[in-house]
Amino acid sequence: MSAVLYETPGPRAKLRNRISNIVVLVVLLGAIAWLILRMYDYGQFEGRLWRQFQYSSIQRQLLDGLLNTLKAAGLAAVLAMVFGAVFAAARISDHKWIRTPATLIVELFRAVPLLILMFYFYFGNIQFGLGLGPFWAVVFGLTLYNGSVLAEIFRAGIAAVPKGQREAAYALGLRKNQVVRLVLLPQAISAMLPAIVSQLVVLLKDTALGFIITYGELLYVAKQMGGRLTYGFPYIPTYIVTAVIYIGLCSLLSLLARYLEGRSRRRRKITGAPPPLPLSQDPGQGAPV
Amino acid sequence: MFSVLTDNWPLFRDGFWLTIRLFVVSGVLSLIIGTALGAFRVSPVPALRGFGTGYVNILRNTPLTLVFAFLFFGAAKMDLALPNPFWTAVGALTIYTSAFICEVVRSGVNTIAPGQSEAARAVGMSFVQVLTIVVLPQAFRAIIPPLMSVLIALLKNTTIAAGFSVVEAGSIPAAMSERGENQLLTLVWITIGFLILIVPLIFLQRWAERRTAVA
Repeated sequence: MSAVLYETPGPRAKLRNRISNIVVLVVLLGAIAWLILRMYDYGQFEGRLWRQFQYSSIQRQLLDGLLNTLKAAGLAAVLAMVFGAVFAAARISDHKWIRTPATLIVELFRAVPLLILMFYFYFGNIQFGLGLGPFWAVVFGLTLYNGSVLAEIFRAGIAAVPKGQREAAYALGLRKNQVVRLVLLPQAISAMLPAIVSQLVVLLKDTALGFIITYGELLYVAKQMGGRLTYGFPYIPTYIVTAVIYIGLCSLLSLLARYLEGRSRRRRKITGAPPPLPLSQDPGQGAPV
Repeated sequence: MFSVLTDNWPLFRDGFWLTIRLFVVSGVLSLIIGTALGAFRVSPVPALRGFGTGYVNILRNTPLTLVFAFLFFGAAKMDLALPNPFWTAVGALTIYTSAFICEVVRSGVNTIAPGQSEAARAVGMSFVQVLTIVVLPQAFRAIIPPLMSVLIALLKNTTIAAGFSVVEAGSIPAAMSERGENQLLTLVWITIGFLILIVPLIFLQRWAERRTAVA
């Protein structure tokens, strides 16, 4: 709903809107009905295809897949935060010999496709026999990519703190370390929290790439289940179940991000905390890998 | 190091060529569909808004790999499969990327000061005119940088098609692995290939950002 574009409608516009509304609803419901009918015609609602979900062994497999997804996402999230913090610190360093390589590394990992990053660890492991399974390929890939994005988020957050605060802190005789740790970072983190959580949604979704390098996460398990002849190749039912799980998980995180955003916006009005990033820098919008 | 590339040049060339085609075709389609969805989300018709919101919320919270899996393995079960793997990959990338473009367009529209469209309405423009003549041209200026980010992500996302036996650049490592080539060197070349494609886009983004910056 955007008040930018139209006024409060008058009687004629109201009528017109109501008619378009009905037309659109009819078209949408028609499309959904067609899809459901199609699923019915092709036997996608047959009990045989859905029966497997009643078995506890199948439920356990799904749960294992989900746990594997969460395990990889959780570990990668922690490592990515550490990576991001270290590289954000390096990027705002006063020493050029620290700043330049850090910038190059962050830019490099943001530019390379995540799957290729995972391939490095996956094929590197095979070639050198490092004994790191696909799990580590997923975790390290996610860490490097999301860590770099997080480094940018942290850095932008620090840069968004009004300059006067830094100057005041230096004037009080604080060291650079103290200025960053006591003054800039707490504000940056609270301002950037929504963006950080959005990036974690991206990270969680990207664990699904593990499917390609044979890590037994949720989607991998779903593919195995969908390919079972005994249940008539129930690809569609399993993917629907999987999608519901993913959408549920990510929506919860997205809701958290939105809540944090609302909270920080409310607080900003009172305390004058740093302004939000301009549109162009909002990482939550631009990183849909 | 160079022999890995030169000995297998056709593989690299064809792989990256397919990557570029995937990127361009799904980029154009996503821009069209995403902009339409963005318009839906700011329209006065509740059903359109609801559809846009639902689409965005579902797709943004679904892994792209799952969208691929649906189209490659699921759709065939209902005879809804697209004609060939290329178009199936384009379909998955477009469905997914449109949701992000929609979000960018919507937030871009919201950056326009209400006074702009109030003035446009005061001179008697209709909703479509306000949108196409006054709001969208200005919104595009605000959204070019995030739009470029979405397109860069799209280019990187094309690699996911490798998991579904589409022979684009991301599938080169597996093919090279079968030939017994050094996989890490292969990956280095693929990385360089992607950097060649992506770095100009990043510079274009920076340039557009400076060029279109509102003083």
